[in-house]
Amino acid sequence: MDIIAQLFAGLSLGSVLLLAALGLSLTFGQMGVINMAHGEFMMAGAYTAFVIQGVVGDAGVSLLLALPLGFVVGGLLGLLLEATLIHRMYRRPLDTLLVTWGVALVLQQVARDVFGAPNVDVRAPAWLSGAVEIGGLALPRTRLFILALAIVCVVALALALRATPLGRRIRAVVQNRDLAEASGISSRATDRVTFFIGSGLAGIAGVTLTLLGSVGPTLGTNYIVDAFLVVVAGGIGQIKGTVIAAMALGLMQAFFEYSTTASVAKVLVFVAIVAFLQLRPQGLVSVRTRSLA
Amino acid sequence: MRLRSTSRYGATRLSTVSLAALCVVALSACGARVDAGSDTSASAESCVDTSGDTVKIGFLNSLSGTMAISEQTVHDSLELAAQEINADGGVLGKELEIVSEDGQSEPTVFAEKAGKLITSDCVAAVFGGWTSASRKAMLPVFEAQDSLLFYPVQYEGLESSPNIFYTGATTNQQIVPALDYLVEQGTKSLFLVGSDYVFPRTANKIINAYAEAHDIEIVGEEYAPLGHTDFSTIVNKVKSADADAVFNTLNGDSNVAFFKEYKNVGMSADDMPVVSVSIAEEEVGGIGIENVEGQLTAWNYYQTVDSPANTAFVEAFKAEYGEDRPTSDPMEAAYTSLYLWKAMVEKAESFAVEDVTAAADGVTFDAPEGEVVVNGDNHHIAKTALIGKIGADGLIHTEWSSEEPIEPDPYLEGYDWADGLS
Repeated sequence: MDIIAQLFAGLSLGSVLLLAALGLSLTFGQMGVINMAHGEFMMAGAYTAFVIQGVVGDAGVSLLLALPLGFVVGGLLGLLLEATLIHRMYRRPLDTLLVTWGVALVLQQVARDVFGAPNVDVRAPAWLSGAVEIGGLALPRTRLFILALAIVCVVALALALRATPLGRRIRAVVQNRDLAEASGISSRATDRVTFFIGSGLAGIAGVTLTLLGSVGPTLGTNYIVDAFLVVVAGGIGQIKGTVIAAMALGLMQAFFEYSTTASVAKVLVFVAIVAFLQLRPQGLVSVRTRSLA
Repeated sequence: MRLRSTSRYGATRLSTVSLAALCVVALSACGARVDAGSDTSASAESCVDTSGDTVKIGFLNSLSGTMAISEQTVHDSLELAAQEINADGGVLGKELEIVSEDGQSEPTVFAEKAGKLITSDCVAAVFGGWTSASRKAMLPVFEAQDSLLFYPVQYEGLESSPNIFYTGATTNQQIVPALDYLVEQGTKSLFLVGSDYVFPRTANKIINAYAEAHDIEIVGEEYAPLGHTDFSTIVNKVKSADADAVFNTLNGDSNVAFFKEYKNVGMSADDMPVVSVSIAEEEVGGIGIENVEGQLTAWNYYQTVDSPANTAFVEAFKAEYGEDRPTSDPMEAAYTSLYLWKAMVEKAESFAVEDVTAAADGVTFDAPEGEVVVNGDNHHIAKTALIGKIGADGLIHTEWSSEEPIEPDPYLEGYDWADGLS
């Protein structure tokens, strides 16, 4: 029974990591931008949920409203960042790291000034409180909801990339930017849309995190390292890899933690990833491209 | 492309090196300054100037960084105490002049600013510090300069410096009474959950020793890294251990994730109460009242304490900082610390450190938490322990209290079961 409970805990943690990393796999994986402010877009999504709950009142309605609005808020912040700073440094990945880290600090301080330094509370709707009992096993409803939401986001993103003209353009730019441009694709416009979607997904992740943990200015920093780990281990630029890596990380953390302690589990997961990257520096799944860069 | 990126790496490395060099230069400059400072004061007497109408005191709290959330509240109540004292004629007829420094949540900055307050601002005493790391960093500075620090936060005990007064609880005034309460309630088994650093580990060592002597079974002991946000595994372990109660020494944001998870798997205070030692009124709102309602806390002060001194304190605080601001144990301890220093100075009729410490024993103050008495031997104060229950109003209501103020015993020398702990 404990094993099943841990299996669920692992999948659930995996789905949280997946939501946090999905947007990053687009912006970092597909565009090569190291965006340290990704966590702060999550924080913005979480505060969006808080503000909406303050306006609407009802926890259920506000959560359902916050998901699309969190996407838009995160996306717009990303668009702003892309248009003002990042597009100037697409070929300078190290500089984007510093610049976006600075942006992250600024956003944290803005949140602190606007909403105050202490954490705020976002209430979970009644239909998400408590657990579903299946054969003596208590599965928290919030975690089932997040698992379902992660699946929806992955399917939606995969469909958008595969079946829409926009998705074709994104994939073309990822595989060979120069050739895509030569074929008449505006890589500038494609970059913007990609960044909007990636940042918007961070916003959604932020909204869901309000169901699990604290909502404060540093919410994003707790997840950013794990999110990068997922993307790197999963392989740059592939959703499939991100999904597998997120679930593997979640399960590893849950089972290591069960047999040892939380601190040791964290170390073991890091060791496992380092060892894995030694064997497969390109990650689980990698795109083969003919691009020269 | 490859060539360019190599040269870029080269440039980065170069700038890293030069940055590092800059840091070294800056650090050695700081070191030189601090050394110079200690040299001068070792030869010269303290530079505190009490000839005028004012006397300087220092407030050293983190007003930026991760601890700012908590320490700002302590800073606010220190300011309040200073205003009240000044409005009432000051200390020995001298108005208090406050020098505020920001500890920036960094122990090294605390030590450096403490040195600055003592040797260049020449303050008569310093009030502040929160984390044990900050106190440990400041301790040698205060001892070397023979100056005074008033430290207002509950801590893990096992310390007693002649230059520090501890106005928060030591372990025998917070953790031990909480265990006494649990024993009284018929608790036979405990699950320990804490953050992975010095305070929870020390606290749990004490709890283990206590449990062994009092026939309590420790059914689990789990530590989460600071900032840990996923508690499903730990809560699973807690749930399947089925203890009578949980003793919680988690710190900061982890509490939010822990209590949300605890509630989500369907557990409540009725099934397995959680006793927390680092959740005060200030934190309840951020965790969400619905997630912690009915859970227990162990402190020496709550906003709901029913005494004329507390009514006056709460009213004055709310009038100064706003109706929505709660008062909590560390804030009260900080407020009390300034009044205790005033009482010591007035008893000694001197601002000099040796006179103040000599006069300290037996100094009392009618604090918001009740009357407190300074113990001149270990520089802690006698405090009443209060076990509280978090109510639906977001405030904490006293459920149980020790019959009288408990004498401070930082090394737990008066407890047989604690042999070999210190």
